[in-house]
Amino acid sequence: MAQPIIEIRHLTKTFGTGDTAVTALEDINLEVRAGEIFGIIGLSGAGKSTLVRCMNLLERPTSGSVVVDGQELTALTEAQLRKARRSITMIFQGFHLLMQRTVLHNVCFPMELSGVPKARQRQRALELLELVGLADKAEAYPAQLSGGQKQRVAIARALATDPKVLLCDEATSALDPNTTASILELLKDLNRKLGVTVVVITHQMSVIEEICSRVAILDGGVIAEQGEVEDIFSNPRTEIGRQLVYPSCVRIAQLPASRVIRLAFNGGSSYEPLIASLAIDCGVKVNILGADTRNMDGRAFGTMLLGLPQDPGEAAKALEYIRCQPNITVEEVEHHA
Amino acid sequence: MLDTISGFFAEYGQILGQGTVDTLIMTVVSTILAYVIGLPLGVLLVITQPHGIWPHKWLNRALGWIINVGRSLPFIILMLAIMDFTKLLVGTKVGIRGAVVPLVVSAAPFIARLVETSLSEVDAGVVEAAQSMGASTFQIVWKVYLPEARPSLTLGGSISIITILAYTAIAGCVGAGGLGDLAIRYGYQRKVPSMMLATVVLIVIFVQIIQSVFSWLSKAIDKRLK
Ligand SMILES: Nc1ncnc2c1ncn2[C@@H]1O[C@H](COP(=O)(O)OP(=O)(O)O)[C@@H](O)[C@H]1O
Ligand SMILES: [Mg+2]
Repeated sequence: MAQPIIEIRHLTKTFGTGDTAVTALEDINLEVRAGEIFGIIGLSGAGKSTLVRCMNLLERPTSGSVVVDGQELTALTEAQLRKARRSITMIFQGFHLLMQRTVLHNVCFPMELSGVPKARQRQRALELLELVGLADKAEAYPAQLSGGQKQRVAIARALATDPKVLLCDEATSALDPNTTASILELLKDLNRKLGVTVVVITHQMSVIEEICSRVAILDGGVIAEQGEVEDIFSNPRTEIGRQLVYPSCVRIAQLPASRVIRLAFNGGSSYEPLIASLAIDCGVKVNILGADTRNMDGRAFGTMLLGLPQDPGEAAKALEYIRCQPNITVEEVEHHA
Repeated sequence: MLDTISGFFAEYGQILGQGTVDTLIMTVVSTILAYVIGLPLGVLLVITQPHGIWPHKWLNRALGWIINVGRSLPFIILMLAIMDFTKLLVGTKVGIRGAVVPLVVSAAPFIARLVETSLSEVDAGVVEAAQSMGASTFQIVWKVYLPEARPSLTLGGSISIITILAYTAIAGCVGAGGLGDLAIRYGYQRKVPSMMLATVVLIVIFVQIIQSVFSWLSKAIDKRLK
């Protein structure tokens, strides 16, 4: 297993004091491995931005430790921290480019800060603009660019100090779907070519699905679950996980059936043949109460809510049959007497 | 008509020219010196705020208080109140040198507030981005705040110059020289209406020119409008 490049232990962040204190993050533990694309997903206000800002100490944790590339960030002096930040760079939803500088000088900016000689700055900036596909815009100003182009400039700027980690806080949330896809493609590409570790913050599962290998789900300041994207997708274990992965499958409380089970398809067959064979092989009819499937790497993943028949014998038979299927896990989500 | 005009200039052209030059010198010198003090104060006001890049609660409050005191004194009162200080500093209470001191003392707090407003308009996200790249406080001021606020600072510059120009006229009443002095001595006391008119026209022209040039400049250097 690859070494963790980011290691967060028992991190807690509280804003304010006394009655008005808000605990934005509570006892967060996570590891990001070197070279991977790690996702952090959650609803608005879950604490995603706060968490990612703790990874470069833009936000100082109230307690806990943040180790990046072997350095305990919370123990560094201001000067050491500024230096460390050169290897943990960040891009944002709002791009945050310097509006009075050309594209080229925006990319030069971090190198200016660290005292790279002028000629070298320029050469490196042009290389980076080439890499993000904007070599022809070097002399343009940010106001003349589209959202996607601005984010490409921001990415080039973030890479100027050869960082080990690139933090992306909702980097595609202000972009249309096509542009989002091209930016995600670029991030994937840079991750592969440069080996830079990427941490992606988003509220959209599609973004995680597109580029991440592992994901943590953040809910109300705590990590609800984390693991391989494939696992979380095929079998989200928490309510929030299900909500995020299968937004159309969350009406469990209102369902009429007496026993509800949730099936998770882990990359095997799709669900229609299963329902058909249930009817044919066991003579049991089940209600499909909700389903959401998707294709990943050519395999079917998905979840389905089934209402079992009222008859306990038939229900048991159906359950037994489904349990025997490969690549399907079953979980009973509700049982009314 | 033409005779009266040429007659007026024959008689007063010399002192009108001198007055104009004095006013311009007082205005330009005071503006520059007032920025030397006001600009850093404005920067400090912004960065020492609770969510600024260099939070210092007490420094921020103290600065705010001093600036408010400076701003609340009418220029004429401030000028009279600090006359001894002026004498101590430049050796005279009158003339251009005597006027520059109260002009600077009065305009610097005003400029500090203008600068504060301009810098506050800089996108906090850009400042944060710079912090995330490891920029020091000084680098953020020098490479982010000031350049990003340049168009707005330029507009503020015209307000400062025009305000100081108006103050020089008041200073003129108390022996500073310049167009204000001419308006009082000739226009008012000696009842020369053409002199009154000439000073008014000149000041109006200056204000118009300053405003137009700075408005144009502010737009011309703003890369957001490209
Ligand atoms: N500077 C701050 N001061 C006070 N509360 C904050 C601050 N930043 C974030 N919070 C609170 O922390 C919680 C998490 O915010 P955030 O990390 O921005 O969530 P997300 O990025 O997931 O939408 C929210 O309740 C928010 O109001
Ligand atoms: Mg956020």
